[in-house]
Amino acid sequence: MKLNLKIWRQPGPAAAGAMQSYVANDVSEHMSFLEMLDVVNEELQTKGEEPIAFDHDCREGICGTCSLMINGTPHGPKRATTTCQLHMRSFSDGDTITIEPWRAKAFPVLRDLIVDRSPFDRIIASGGFISAPTGSAQDANAILVPKPDSDLAMDAAACIGCGACVAACPNSSAMLFTSAKVAHLGLLPQGQPERDQRVLSMVHQMDLEEFGGCTLFAECEDACPKEISVENIARLNRDLIRATVRDRGQVHVESGAG
Amino acid sequence: MNRLFALWGTTVGKKVAMAATGIVMILFLISHMISNVLIFRNPEHLDSYAALLRSLGPALWVARAGLLACVLIHIAAAWQLTMLARRARPITYAHHEYRVATYASRTMRWGGVLLFVFIVFHILHFTTGTLLPGWQDGRVGDNVKLGFQSVPVAIFYLVAMLFLGLHFSHGIWSAFQTLGLNHPSYNRSRRLLAWGLALAVAGGLATIPAAALLGYFK
Repeated sequence: MKLNLKIWRQPGPAAAGAMQSYVANDVSEHMSFLEMLDVVNEELQTKGEEPIAFDHDCREGICGTCSLMINGTPHGPKRATTTCQLHMRSFSDGDTITIEPWRAKAFPVLRDLIVDRSPFDRIIASGGFISAPTGSAQDANAILVPKPDSDLAMDAAACIGCGACVAACPNSSAMLFTSAKVAHLGLLPQGQPERDQRVLSMVHQMDLEEFGGCTLFAECEDACPKEISVENIARLNRDLIRATVRDRGQVHVESGAG
Repeated sequence: MNRLFALWGTTVGKKVAMAATGIVMILFLISHMISNVLIFRNPEHLDSYAALLRSLGPALWVARAGLLACVLIHIAAAWQLTMLARRARPITYAHHEYRVATYASRTMRWGGVLLFVFIVFHILHFTTGTLLPGWQDGRVGDNVKLGFQSVPVAIFYLVAMLFLGLHFSHGIWSAFQTLGLNHPSYNRSRRLLAWGLALAVAGGLATIPAAALLGYFK
């Protein structure tokens, strides 16, 4: 099939960008969205033009590297699917497809469709971890975890940190990401010692990175390729209120924000 | 106190403040709705209810000051979060689609502005009588009948109640989320409660201008 593409091109972080039109010929419905872009890039390179820069890595839907706002929806029209797992059979011959980078002040464009998502790394570094002794591993059943808790923790841990939640949010809020990380550890016994400090630090860091606030549009939940629930946002809020009341957590800040 | 200010300093804390002040305003509006529909039994019921409130003296002013503080905190937090959201996306999308966001959630900000304008008008209209020629102190029932003789005013009240209902439906559900009150067993009931209260309060209040438009008070 033949597709008309409108793609954001921007040579560098400080350069001005603009939408440009391209035509993708001979697209097979079995191609993934990224393979379709690979074909377009091959053609551009043959003509001596600069290929379109986009993020990708595992192409298996598990690494969180691919992004792309496709026709106004992060990762395109299919639910619970990353861009790399989106196939061209989701489109029809003659379609016009708009492809843009994630848009948020916290995620500046580095080039074309690639944005800098290091604010997420700093949010994790500020508190999204547990302190555990290293050395020989203890028995797997030494710490018991109730099955419902482990299920909910695993659901939250499915977050791959792609940033689709921020991209989809009309406020550019990072609450779904941050809450998934807070809930994932907060639901498990191993996460308890640092629970207050974790939520205080991660929310503080999230705000420092200049993401917007959450107003519960729930667009993030719909856009999330891993179907992270907004229930996690309520868990984060509960933890933050609890930590404020208990007043035992120390805020840890990562440098480099903003 | 420091902890409260630290909480207010976060985006989540501002939402907590909005949820808490919102709940106070909802409780007020529930009582306001119940007392106002007394007009359908007998307009003089409204007069005696107003006299009862007046008899509270200083306590009435404490309640008024508390409500005013809630309104101001609610607006301050909303303003700051709105400005933050605007700054958070300097370049907008060429193509963007809402997939699940409800009309109620998308009209929280402008609907809130409308409600603020409405509240100011409403107080000048019925409480102080500034905007209602012929207003008589203490004769609440008559003032209501007089005020709603104007068709544009009655329509403005109806539109405001529509947006009050929308604001409630998203706000109540959001307040549960913001205060961290969620549980799989009750998550459906939260939505139902939000819509039920929105319908009861906004719908209940809207019956008065609607009845006036239909000629009930003539």
